[in-house]
Amino acid sequence: MAGRNQPRSPVLTAAMTIYLLYTLVPLAWLVISATKSQPALLSTPGLWFGGPFALFDNIAETLTYNNGIFLRWVGNTVLYVVAGAGGATVLATAAGYGLAKYAFAGRRAVFAVILGAIAIPGTALAVPTFLLFSDLGLTNTPWAIIIPSLIHPFGLYLIWVYATDAVPDELLEAARIDGAGEVRIFLTVGLRLLAPGIATVALFAMVATWNNYFLPLIMLSKPDWYPLTVGLSQWNAQALGANAQPIYHLVITGSLLMIVPLIAAFLLLQRFWQSGLAAGSVKQ
Amino acid sequence: MKTLVRHGKVAVTLTAAFGLALAGCSSSSGSSGSAGAGSADSVDAALQQGGTITYWTWTPQAEQQVAAFEKAYPKVKVNLVNAGTGNTHYTKLQNAIKAGSGAPDVAQVEYFALPQFALPGSLVDLNQYGLSSMEKDYTPSTWNAVHVANGLFGLPQDSGPMALFYNKAVFDQYGITVPKTWDEYLAAARKLHNADPSKYITSDNGDPGFATSMIWQAGGRPFSTDGKTVTINLQDQGTKKWTGVWNQLLKEKLLSQIPGWSDDWYRALGNGTIASLVTGAWMPGVLEQSVKDAAGKWAVAPMPTYDGQPVTAENGGSTQSVLKQSANPALAAGFVRWLNHDESSIKIFLDSGGFPATTADLQAASFKDSAPAYFSGQKINEVLTAAAGTVAKGWSYLPYELYANSVFADTVGKSYLNGTDIDAGLRDWQKALMDYGNQQGFTVKAG
Repeated sequence: MAGRNQPRSPVLTAAMTIYLLYTLVPLAWLVISATKSQPALLSTPGLWFGGPFALFDNIAETLTYNNGIFLRWVGNTVLYVVAGAGGATVLATAAGYGLAKYAFAGRRAVFAVILGAIAIPGTALAVPTFLLFSDLGLTNTPWAIIIPSLIHPFGLYLIWVYATDAVPDELLEAARIDGAGEVRIFLTVGLRLLAPGIATVALFAMVATWNNYFLPLIMLSKPDWYPLTVGLSQWNAQALGANAQPIYHLVITGSLLMIVPLIAAFLLLQRFWQSGLAAGSVKQ
Repeated sequence: MKTLVRHGKVAVTLTAAFGLALAGCSSSSGSSGSAGAGSADSVDAALQQGGTITYWTWTPQAEQQVAAFEKAYPKVKVNLVNAGTGNTHYTKLQNAIKAGSGAPDVAQVEYFALPQFALPGSLVDLNQYGLSSMEKDYTPSTWNAVHVANGLFGLPQDSGPMALFYNKAVFDQYGITVPKTWDEYLAAARKLHNADPSKYITSDNGDPGFATSMIWQAGGRPFSTDGKTVTINLQDQGTKKWTGVWNQLLKEKLLSQIPGWSDDWYRALGNGTIASLVTGAWMPGVLEQSVKDAAGKWAVAPMPTYDGQPVTAENGGSTQSVLKQSANPALAAGFVRWLNHDESSIKIFLDSGGFPATTADLQAASFKDSAPAYFSGQKINEVLTAAAGTVAKGWSYLPYELYANSVFADTVGKSYLNGTDIDAGLRDWQKALMDYGNQQGFTVKAG
């Protein structure tokens, strides 16, 4: 309550304003540019409307260009997110809970491996992973994207840390005394207490899979299996070299369509986050 | 100096004569080879027997071409895959080659990247399928481009003899005459930028494809490969001739720093910010389709030279190669032969703005006489066809040109960024290329 009387810091306000602009201007550019046709895009100033209002034409063209491949890419991306990020969340939750709540030999070793795994950037592993999957004959299939996405050491670590505090051992003891099995305890007690943590991990995994670029770029050479990231970058590359056919208006409109689901996911899952924060504050 | 120049001329004439002798030689041996004709027959047999092949390309004409091919040879099915443009495509190709599976039967390869795939033995030598007999149908520079160490690794699809594309409206507005020499070009650059500081004679922020083509035109031959021995000299006379001009443009800040092929670049081509481009003969199609704002403003002139004598270089252009991994190389060779030799296929390619590598199409009256409205009725193909005939001979790329181009920005690009001596950047580039070559098992010598 003391904060109310504190004088505002003009420096902080200015810094935050600049940061706000830095965050919002590209978004504004994207929305404005999506309303322009390809010729208008190149002949009108970037940060204001110009030319005929072509947003709906652009959306229609994006969805139908090249036999509607964009929709196929949307479907692929959703598949990779649901199977990959969904699976990653399930695995991270189960493993994090297990590591936090059961004492067993080698726990420290597992801890070290996971911390190490967080430190290795996925990009560094992309080529070895490619050669491995190529030997297994899995490149150019959805499995090449889904299986590596299932591994999410950072999510596991988060759940582990979260479970240590959020799931009291006494509660588990009480459940055991009442005769509940370990699986049942995990499903009925653990999962509920972990919900805010799971939402966080799901969000992280979702964003990571949704934005995944390098792995599918290397693994897939059939456009039919591309996610949106690789597909849009291929459209963007059409502007390059002899036989160039720039379709910037479709790249921009496609990008706009692509971020809508992510924004929706953030807005929806935000409630879980807030409830998680609130729960924590009461417990203290 | 004089003796040096004369010496150079003698050398050029000798090379030309030698080239002709070789050409005569190889065409006669080619015809005697096709008299046996067992392998050319195997191609025809494979086409009749049919099968399935995979073709990786990013050329927009491919879809129509494949449809026409499948109509001509109903038993053959071609899986057309756009695995990416340029570097993305090459990365995937290289990964698949390294993995030992997953490569297509036929892949598009730009001329500059061909040695990188041909020398390690990843591609099929098409001489055995009798394709060498088609030499007379292609321009000498493109025919040279599809050869690596005497092997034939594709048929030329297109070509990019360089010319000067200029915005006539801007040139007229500022009273600039079309430069014939690089000195005049430099003067034009100064005049334009002084008259209107927002306008530039051209844009260049360090592009390896452009730089190597400019060195090529100036007579530089920085790269040569003989088996496992690579010689690099990025400070030879020709290279220094080019940097002599380009250093001036750079130091006086007469080059726009807009990156090529970006949306900004297309915009600048449309509104006159970039007043000219020295680039390949495939550029008209790009201008017509994607810089519609400037219709009626652009014109074409021969590439400026150092002494006023017409000479040019190739910039861009692709071939299609058969991969060693192909299970049916005869069929793949048949597809390549049809794709870049059959009239119907070439017609599809040219109709959507491609520039041919085939002499018959270059010399066709309908091609030479076409006067596109975009260029206010100028018979641009007369200029471009003439350019195709004056490409300087004897150029070769590095056997690891893809890597070389990828580190160009780290070395020569720094000179561009800081507006400092390009020669210093080129020396850094050379050092990086020698180190890399030695690591890759080549013996690299400074020439």
